Amino acid sequence: MSFKYFDHSATTPLDERVIAAMSPYFSDIFGNASSIHSFGQKAAVAVDEARLNIANFFDCLPTEVIFTSGATEANNLAIKGLAQGLKIRGIEKPHFITSAVEHDAVIEPMNILERDGLIELTVLDVDSNGIVNISELKNAIKDNTVLVSIMYVNSEVGAAQPIKEIGELIKNINADRQNLWLKKSSGIRGEKPVKIYFHTDATQAVNFFDCNTSNLNIDLLSFSAHKIYGPKGIGALIVKSGVPIVALIHGGHHERNLRSGTLNVSGIVGMSAALNIIKEEQTSNNQKIAEVRDYLVDNVLKNISGVKLTTNTDQATPAHAHFLFSGAEGEAILMALDLEADIAVSTGSACASNTLGASKVLLAMGYKQEETHGAIRFSLGKKNTKEDIDELMKYLPSIIDKFRKMAPDLKAFEGKSFEVHNG
Amino acid sequence: MYSQKVIDHFKNPHNQGSIADADAIGQEGNPVCGDIMKIYLKINNNIIEDIKFETLGCAAAIAVSSALTDIAKGKTLDEALLLTKDAIVEDLGGLPAPKIHCSMLGVEALHSAIKQYQTNHK
Repeated sequence: MSFKYFDHSATTPLDERVIAAMSPYFSDIFGNASSIHSFGQKAAVAVDEARLNIANFFDCLPTEVIFTSGATEANNLAIKGLAQGLKIRGIEKPHFITSAVEHDAVIEPMNILERDGLIELTVLDVDSNGIVNISELKNAIKDNTVLVSIMYVNSEVGAAQPIKEIGELIKNINADRQNLWLKKSSGIRGEKPVKIYFHTDATQAVNFFDCNTSNLNIDLLSFSAHKIYGPKGIGALIVKSGVPIVALIHGGHHERNLRSGTLNVSGIVGMSAALNIIKEEQTSNNQKIAEVRDYLVDNVLKNISGVKLTTNTDQATPAHAHFLFSGAEGEAILMALDLEADIAVSTGSACASNTLGASKVLLAMGYKQEETHGAIRFSLGKKNTKEDIDELMKYLPSIIDKFRKMAPDLKAFEGKSFEVHNG
Repeated sequence: MYSQKVIDHFKNPHNQGSIADADAIGQEGNPVCGDIMKIYLKINNNIIEDIKFETLGCAAAIAVSSALTDIAKGKTLDEALLLTKDAIVEDLGGLPAPKIHCSMLGVEALHSAIKQYQTNHK
């Protein structure tokens, strides 16, 4: 039985071992981890163990793990929580830096803070592979820069950013600032210089890459469980001590007062179990997934003409293969694969987005709007096999062919600007 | 997300293709989403005797093209000019809100073909 699901960047199925780890925490050990009685304390013990385990995975202290509802909330907490915290400390209009290929959960909070006059914002361009340029980042850093938020892996094309280099750059700049300040005589040097904090949205990276926050010099890291074969509705923000963030959700005094709300005990246990499996199996899974992905890429490029691979597989996760099919539209391809073959993929086509806007990631990588029309993303998982790709290839070439035959001769439209409809 | 009727038209579109000796051709593109539609008409006595479409677009755009050509076939030019996007959307059993513009595009392509024919035959 083939597993025709190629959309693991959207979500993953729960690993059976995760389900097993979670199952006692629904009705057997159901207590509120904040309760003092033993029903509550049993749950609290499970949370403590999970927290320690998660802290070990990210090489941070257990107190530096802040549970959230997922990565979207973690990103919001990192960005808005830091902006608020800086304001309370009297730091007016700090400078934040991010990239053009971030998830909306990063870019929208950034845009809102900028709109409200709370921060100064720089959005870094990326190269044709979707990668941020380190020297451009270095040049963008100013005296009032306080946050650099660069995602670890882009969800659309799978591009992996140079997180280690970014962490080192920021660490060195912080050390230089500190030394310069120390050299000044105490009478004139004033307040200690503000540090630059490094946030990374690691949601798409935890499965595949090193997420040791100490080695990588990461101050804030967001992730969620459902992308790593864990449950939906749970994630965390790693907040290294000293980062002056404040809560966005108040009223329960949970999570060192940084995130109120009754702890999702089964979710936390499941997330911890999912990370344990990654620790054990990451290397072998990466290798296996890369083999299947390479097989997919070879097959698509060999059997279908007029297709571009936008994923640079040397600088990406082993799971991603993102293609642009000329002369066919992405949402139609996705629907046909679904209806004809129960195959699940994803598309960055404008037609599939509520805004009808072309993928900003692909545009930032330098693709033309019309090229992005036929965007299809495959994001593979640990259960996919070459047989699944064989199954896909029974359908994909004929589906692309069908839509190309259905389309008008595009030469007539080249270079022609259309009337805009507001239908 | 899509009605069964949209899915049926998408899976098996009616009147797909081109007409080599068409009496009128209308084509419209939407720069926002990138969809392109082309409508071919065979006209006799001011009646649409045959109609074909070529579309590059999403499932909704293809379903709209198919439904629109079904509805327009056999109509007089004046009747076809009265066709609105709402009629297409209703015929399809509704469309998701962001997809309504696809029906606009189809109607525009049909109307531009008819107007071209009428201008040429004045």
